[in-house]
Amino acid sequence: MNSPDASAIPRPDTVYYFGTCLVDLFYPEAGMAGIELLQAQGLRVVFPQGQSCCGQPAYNSGHRAEALKVARAQLPLFLEDWPIIVPSGSCAGMMRRHWPDLFRGEPDEARAVAVAGRVWELTQFLVTVLRVRLEDKGEPVRVTWHASCHAQREMGVVEEPKALLRQLANVELVELKRERECCGFGGTFAVRHPEISAAMVGDKVEDIAATGAARVVSGDCGCLLNITGALAAGEVPVRGQHIAQFLKERTHG
Amino acid sequence: MADAAVDFAAASTEALQDRQLRTNFRRAMDGLMSKRAVQFADQAEWHAMRALGASVRLRALAKLPELLERLEETCTRNGIRVHWAATTDEANAIILSIMRGADARLAVKGKSMVTEEMHLNAFLERHGIEILESDLGEYIVQLDESTPSHIIMPAIHMNTRQIARLFRRKIKEAEDTEDVARLTDLARRVLRRKFAAAEVGLSGVNVAVAETGTLCLVENEGNGRMCTTVPPVHIAVMGLEKVVETLEDVPPILSLLPRSATGQPITTYVNMISGPRRPGEKDGPREVHLVILDNGRSGVYADGELRDTLRCIRCGACMNHCPVYTRVGGHAYQAPYPGPIGKILVPQMEGLEKRGELPHACTMCNACVEICPVKIPIVGILGRLRSEAVHAGGSVKGAGSHASRAEALVWKGWAATFASPAAYKVATLAMATLGNAAPSALPLLKEWTSARVKPRFAPESLHRLAAKKGIPDA
Repeated sequence: MNSPDASAIPRPDTVYYFGTCLVDLFYPEAGMAGIELLQAQGLRVVFPQGQSCCGQPAYNSGHRAEALKVARAQLPLFLEDWPIIVPSGSCAGMMRRHWPDLFRGEPDEARAVAVAGRVWELTQFLVTVLRVRLEDKGEPVRVTWHASCHAQREMGVVEEPKALLRQLANVELVELKRERECCGFGGTFAVRHPEISAAMVGDKVEDIAATGAARVVSGDCGCLLNITGALAAGEVPVRGQHIAQFLKERTHG
Repeated sequence: MADAAVDFAAASTEALQDRQLRTNFRRAMDGLMSKRAVQFADQAEWHAMRALGASVRLRALAKLPELLERLEETCTRNGIRVHWAATTDEANAIILSIMRGADARLAVKGKSMVTEEMHLNAFLERHGIEILESDLGEYIVQLDESTPSHIIMPAIHMNTRQIARLFRRKIKEAEDTEDVARLTDLARRVLRRKFAAAEVGLSGVNVAVAETGTLCLVENEGNGRMCTTVPPVHIAVMGLEKVVETLEDVPPILSLLPRSATGQPITTYVNMISGPRRPGEKDGPREVHLVILDNGRSGVYADGELRDTLRCIRCGACMNHCPVYTRVGGHAYQAPYPGPIGKILVPQMEGLEKRGELPHACTMCNACVEICPVKIPIVGILGRLRSEAVHAGGSVKGAGSHASRAEALVWKGWAATFASPAAYKVATLAMATLGNAAPSALPLLKEWTSARVKPRFAPESLHRLAAKKGIPDA
């Protein structure tokens, strides 16, 4: 429903990569893994060095002028008509769904809308446009999948990441009992309402532990920071990993 | 309600410590979510029903002033007396004067959230009129001297054992039992006596039809019909947004409401009231009054973006699916309307200076938006309210009341850094060094590390890794 129309774009030769600020600062290897997965499909990946952030932190806090300033600085970096791949459902959702509102009535509105229309969440692009076939080179492992709220509800990405994990012969995917429930991150929510956030992530950790999985895989670094932080604090021996890094590890041997 | 800002954070922290409460809510919300899911198992049907429901509400709101005028006209023609109230004080005064005119000492009431908004019970009791809640959940909450914790299931925060204890304490003839049927039977016996004795019956309105002057009420217990037919005077109270254009607009709402709320395909009782008792009729009240309340709604209506708030049909599905509501329950919001709809409705009614924190009680997970049967963009509206809270000059009452110079400065600095590639490069290097050295006791980090370990900045950013690996810049 919210996804870009796959049939509308032929398989491209070149794509842009928007790394997002959290990936840049906390999960750069996951960011690189995403680039390498795309390259492994024969694509040329362009990473504009001028990029920083989609503007979501300020936008969600009610500081829209500041969000607009940062979002506007990204526009000239994506001039060519190539798809823009984002390894985060949340930032992809901000660009695709909220930039048109953010730029409404601004002189560069049309340009922002055009850029927004080329934004894809990474797994969505791998499955829908590239139709990747993955070959598993790893040892048997049991994993579980954490669905990010914005990937699900803003980008309409629900089955794609799980379809990728299911392509891996030695990976057993055990679904969470409450897969669709928020982990309690919510940007500033985690520090504005630390107790509610802690209760939410506590329940999520319990759900993850109950699967008996060795790893929890996610497509969003905000959720990962929250969940892996809580897993470590509770000394729960489950490793959290971004799906790009997990897929790269499994397929590159 | 106190005039000082209401502290959601403190109330929710307290609620989180009540293990029984958390268990009660989790169990109840899990049950309601799965029951709703069964009702809308067919996705195509869900999308069609929802589109129809949203269009009915949108069309009604598009002509709201005109429909309200027609409603007054058709109701009056049917013999229903229509009263307009700009504020809750006015609405309470109108109701009191009707009751005095009827020499009322006792009133029985069906479920009505608008009267909770008005604090009507406390007002009437101050004026010497006894008012009895007759919806079982509301009756329990009233006995407990508390307020509803959910708009559909007022006593959902209590389990059977707690209710049995309450009955033993408050009802003389209560026997020592936790049997639900016997507890219900006891409540019924108490209520029946009151229905017969009351001079006035009060009710809410689920939908009012402009075309015909019909007041529609849905309920499961039959108590609502007792309130609207047995006492000689019936007073219905509604928020001004409840009107729809024609009778044909009613079935889509009657179909979406119970499915979304309790997972029932339809409610047990649907009452359609079109006036007082007519000559030759054997029952029904001799007088029917309709009180139409504004209480800030026309202000909400005036703003094209915020107007969508008024589409709400009060099904409560957003609460049932809200991960925050599920953890803290309805009382933490200290408002007649808790959960996601409360987070957008209450600050608009009561003002951001008092309620500006409510729109922040949300992770923006969008679960409420996904299930809302009339497609209210709840998260979009609360984003707007967050913005209004920190900027003066907006259309919402109390706009700018949460503007803090320190916070504004932080975001200005953030924007300057993130909008300049050169500044961003310097800042990321500094963040990695300083951030990893920062003690966990610092503000924000302290809140974060209350339940998580401190995140570590990576030694090399993606920007640097990409450059090193020769990923082209443009």
